[in-house]
Amino acid sequence: MADFETPALTEFQLVPHIKKGSMAHSQTFAAKPEFQEDLGFPGELEEGWEDVAVKKLGELTTKYRGLKVFLDSCVKCGACTDKCHYYLGTADPLNMPVARQDLLRSVYRRYYTFAGKYFPWLVGARKMTKGMLDKWYCYFHQCSQCRRCSVFCPYGIDTAEISMAAREIMDAVSVGQKYCNEIIGKVYKIGNNLGLPEKALVNTLEGLEEDVKDETGIDVRFPVDQAGADVLLITPSADFFAEPHIDGLIGYGKVFHQAGINWTLSSHASEAGNFGMFIGSYENMRRVALRIREAALDLKVKRIVVGECGHAWRVAYSFWNTLIGVGHGGNDPYAKALQQQLDPNYPAPQHIIELTYDLIQKGALTLDKSANDDQRVTFHDSCNVARASRMGTMPGGQFVLPREVIKSSVNHYFDMAPETIHENTFCCGGGGGILTDDLIEIRVKGAQPRMQALMDVVQEYDVNYLAAICAICKSQFSKVLPYYKFPMDMIGSVHGLVSNAIQLGAKQ
Amino acid sequence: MSVSLVYAVLFYAATAILVGGLIYRIRVYARTPVPLKIPTTPAPTTRTGVLFRMFREITVFESLFKSNKWIWLFGWLFHFTMLLVLLRHLRYFTHPVWFWVDLIQPFGIYAGFGMAAGLLGLWARRFLVDRVRYISSLSDHLMLILLIAIAITGLLMSFVPEWRTDIVALKAFMLGLLYFDWQPLPEDPMLMIHLGLVATLMMIFPISKLLHAPGVFFSPTRNQIDNPREKRLLSAWAAKLESSE
Repeated sequence: MADFETPALTEFQLVPHIKKGSMAHSQTFAAKPEFQEDLGFPGELEEGWEDVAVKKLGELTTKYRGLKVFLDSCVKCGACTDKCHYYLGTADPLNMPVARQDLLRSVYRRYYTFAGKYFPWLVGARKMTKGMLDKWYCYFHQCSQCRRCSVFCPYGIDTAEISMAAREIMDAVSVGQKYCNEIIGKVYKIGNNLGLPEKALVNTLEGLEEDVKDETGIDVRFPVDQAGADVLLITPSADFFAEPHIDGLIGYGKVFHQAGINWTLSSHASEAGNFGMFIGSYENMRRVALRIREAALDLKVKRIVVGECGHAWRVAYSFWNTLIGVGHGGNDPYAKALQQQLDPNYPAPQHIIELTYDLIQKGALTLDKSANDDQRVTFHDSCNVARASRMGTMPGGQFVLPREVIKSSVNHYFDMAPETIHENTFCCGGGGGILTDDLIEIRVKGAQPRMQALMDVVQEYDVNYLAAICAICKSQFSKVLPYYKFPMDMIGSVHGLVSNAIQLGAKQ
Repeated sequence: MSVSLVYAVLFYAATAILVGGLIYRIRVYARTPVPLKIPTTPAPTTRTGVLFRMFREITVFESLFKSNKWIWLFGWLFHFTMLLVLLRHLRYFTHPVWFWVDLIQPFGIYAGFGMAAGLLGLWARRFLVDRVRYISSLSDHLMLILLIAIAITGLLMSFVPEWRTDIVALKAFMLGLLYFDWQPLPEDPMLMIHLGLVATLMMIFPISKLLHAPGVFFSPTRNQIDNPREKRLLSAWAAKLESSE
């Protein structure tokens, strides 16, 4: 990995002048042929791949209306050009959302539009070549699919959709990313992204029960594969042992315990994350999610609750009903087979924040805020929770509920600047398949706008705890905070705060 | 008479291409499946809410306003003065002229200046802002030039006495096209340039980025209701995956 400079934090967020090619060297490791084949993709770039790629592009525009409309509608107004955290952190013009889209749009125009076919020089249409493929591989792996650009586009053009399509086309000609595709392979073989087998999972959870018992004197259970439990918890596998994720898992366990909810994890579906979305593959996204349907049917649970995970919550909230029938309102036999089993009094799926929030509202939990008095907390809205999902019944509940849960658990809470939170939130810099060491430079640089906003609240309010509800955000911040001279343990789970504050034992 | 014939054919062709092209495009958009729920959230949870969201996007360019006040100012100014100008032009195609078109007339006349100003502002950004300069291709410049030329030729005919045309004869020509009772076109150079440019714009509309006009109505990030947990969305091709198991 080449050396690089961590962007400077300044008095306020600057929009840099373009520096052509400043991230052109970024290369994420390629997936080996055998891993590509596990996912149903070819292993090697074969003669005539250009035609395959162009055909795949055409096919996708007939399967996804969004993609087709987005490719046709851009007027190059420039509204998105200063909105991407990767552009702000790198100044590479190909990290401007419109320019990133144009890598694909120029090929679409060349093969699928009148103007592009006959007047390519006029509209910037380009042929599918190896050079173009390399550019795609470079810059579509500098997009975290955070959707910030889509908030600001007058036509709602979402670069995430374009980068998913690009990655799917690349996979169709064998060019896949090691990080995403090997992880998906692990889910198929073992059941989670980390490749944590059932036995190790059970041992880890038993250890966790002992730790909590030692610390609190209370038997908080972390059950696995308990058929007949009311609630199935689907959480990112990082929650099982990564720091600070595990504090969140302990928090969920304490909440379930205190509310008297009969819950279970599943060793078959021990992963909330769904990297099928990152690579834009509906088939793989569905196949990853199917394990959850199977586990829910096997264990005969009535509710499905999802742990703190951003892109996972997007897939769960927005896509599970479509992909695997986890939801309500399905009329077809496939959906009904599961939905008749699910309790109609609860949303399906439900976010752990929604569950904890409801319990707090009902007075079912006793929280001692003073237990967190050494914490001065701010909250990072995770991109996919903020812009691709909801919590509660009100639009924008995804901003309100986590903050209410935090404020019920701490005395000192401070928001970051309004242009950097809620729907305007900046991605942590590691989402959408970027959270790998071979992409550390773009991760660090892409974190700059969030770090800038964080510095402001650190200076103004002495904030020392950055709370998040996403496994990727937590891992990413642990890694990049030190680059910006913040302590790495500043990042924590929202349910880590709940865990500190919750009073276990009999209610008075 | 030959010039009139050329323009008559040109306008029939331009209208056919514009209407046919747009119908084709809209059919393609409408028939392309939307397999997943992808509204940019927070999004409305009801159909009425979505209609209101779309209404704000189309009338006040809500997202653009959030994004960049300069682009919003120039873009909004251009689009809405153009709307006034277009509505004002209905007087050349209707007889008798509808009363509300008469009401718009005084504003519509001056709106042409707003159009030109908005367009020049947008064009200036393509030179002055390095990010926008980078993303502009030749066609982006030409499109602005075309629109500016239409606005300026129109303004010259309205405000410079030497370039005025015989508006009564022009109206007779246009009504003649509509009712297949062909009349001669006044052979004034400014009018012919203006009409030629307008016909060009009509013809490239369905094959250019002007497709953003129908496109915005079909954008799933804006027109979807946020209710995935309550209602199951399943497209035909995705349903096939289920039945093949």
